[in-house]
Amino acid sequence: MNKIVWPALLALTLSACGTTGSTPATVESRTGDGATSGPATSGTETTGVAGTGVAGSAMDGSQAAGDPRKDPASPLSKRSVHFDFDSFVVKDEYRPMLEAHAGYLMSKRDARVILQGNADERGSREYNLALGQKRAEAVRKALAVLGVSEAQMEAISFGEEKPRNEADTEEAYAENRRADVVYGDE
Amino acid sequence: MPDSFLRTVLLFPLFLLSVLGASFAAHAEMEIQVIGGAANKIAIAVVPFQAAPGQPTPALTQIVADDLGRSGQFAMVASGGAPQPVEPAQVDYAVWRGKGAEAMVIGQVVALPGGRFEIRFRLLDVVKRTQIAGFSYTIARGQWRATAHQIADIVYEKLTGVKGAFSSRIAYVQKQGRRFELRVADADGQNPRTVVRSLEPLISPMFSPDGARIVYVSFEDKKPIVYVQSLSDGGRRKVAAFKGSNSAPAWAPDGKRMAVVLTRDGASQIYLINADGSGLKRLTQGGNIDTEPVFSPDGQAIYFTSDRGGSPQIYRVAASGGEPRRVSFSGSYNVSPTISPDGRYLAYISREDGRFSVVLHEMASGQVRVLTDTARDESPSFAPNGQAVLYATVQGGRGILGTVSLDGKTRARLSESGVDAREPAWGP
Repeated sequence: MNKIVWPALLALTLSACGTTGSTPATVESRTGDGATSGPATSGTETTGVAGTGVAGSAMDGSQAAGDPRKDPASPLSKRSVHFDFDSFVVKDEYRPMLEAHAGYLMSKRDARVILQGNADERGSREYNLALGQKRAEAVRKALAVLGVSEAQMEAISFGEEKPRNEADTEEAYAENRRADVVYGDE
Repeated sequence: MPDSFLRTVLLFPLFLLSVLGASFAAHAEMEIQVIGGAANKIAIAVVPFQAAPGQPTPALTQIVADDLGRSGQFAMVASGGAPQPVEPAQVDYAVWRGKGAEAMVIGQVVALPGGRFEIRFRLLDVVKRTQIAGFSYTIARGQWRATAHQIADIVYEKLTGVKGAFSSRIAYVQKQGRRFELRVADADGQNPRTVVRSLEPLISPMFSPDGARIVYVSFEDKKPIVYVQSLSDGGRRKVAAFKGSNSAPAWAPDGKRMAVVLTRDGASQIYLINADGSGLKRLTQGGNIDTEPVFSPDGQAIYFTSDRGGSPQIYRVAASGGEPRRVSFSGSYNVSPTISPDGRYLAYISREDGRFSVVLHEMASGQVRVLTDTARDESPSFAPNGQAVLYATVQGGRGILGTVSLDGKTRARLSESGVDAREPAWGP
């Protein structure tokens, strides 16, 4: 199973502009449950792009019918880039994974990807938001170097707000110093 | 232990406020604890006001005494065992002087037709045996707390010469389970009202200078976006929803512009924008992190956090742009600056030996001193009268809010049981 379960409603606004009109009162979040929620509320997650024509050396015919991004055997199923403490360098071990995502994105020009940076919980929330952004930016730049169009990517940060591991340990901190690759149709 | 370090602990009973409308969810009241205090406290007796039938609880005098006690400027003189005067003519000054009181507050509550109350109070100088102040209020039931805070403000200002901040408000984010609520409460943490409710994180609230609006960052659209919301009708608009992350909003003193941090051009950089989302202008330049901007009281400068020197430190830049100048020099992690209303002090979070504490930085001398003894402090902001700093910290595994006086000697705890409170901001 994929490590990251997103609600199917995930609506990407890749080029939101500055302002919108005033909208009414106290909001109940319109976007439903967060990353740890249960099954998607619509079929969108399973009706994503069919996995034909994917540029990837590990592909074989048996996967063509499914979504290669969901195939545990495919590097496309790998979504997380972990970083060392106080580091924003994408380590070499992530190169095959990022090459696979770059290939997928270049073969599907309508596909959109959001790069979500995260940080551990120590220190200022806003500074951690900026640290998470730096990690997302590092992955965005790596994909850009591999040929992915800027228009297909958005780097954002969750800072320390959505920890994958909520424990107060060094191990948990390391798990949260991370950037995730999430597709717009997921 | 010297007298000046007399420990007072005030605990609010867990009353439910009957004045709250039905639209507000039931909640437990916050507790307040005061630990330590200033060296030269003013000894004051707050005599329980003669009560009226049907008056709200807690007693008005309890709220006034808690306000004064939390400031650390007063030693509370117990009023039991003596006749409880209502009018100045009934005061036996020798008795109160004998109890050590230098000042005293007396008064009464009278029920009026239509559920209203008349509140009369007098502040007396026990040494000179004169009246310092006297006021009468006619109030509705819902103005009970506001009136108590106003009385505390008058007492505070008359006796210390500094304007009180008890009638001001705070904002904070409460996390309960997976639910986030942005709340606005009285400065003592009481009377909380939820203004935003979300299943996604909310951070970085800040009141507009006139207190009519609040700006904050919401993750409800799966990325950080800056919203401005009216506190009177709840109407809101997106101020910054550009590609990438939008965060760290800070009002300019004119209430028309704000500073925000955007990543639309790559790195986290500071921009100026009008409160209606128009007039975007980039302020800082470079590929490093520039974040947590805050305007100086005159609006001419912006203090912010940057890692341009290799570690996060506080910098200052003219609001018109130019080359930033480094402000913090000691330590390898100084973040989240906030500036006092008179511009004399910065407070920020400093990490030393793995502990994150609130520190006070005097601008003129550059001297820095640690104000707190907790290890996970975040998000400092000054009281509108500049006499205390509100901050978040962690105690017993949960987020709590606290205030600390500028000498570090008086710390009060505002917290509600069973929830996680964070991201506080002190407003007007």
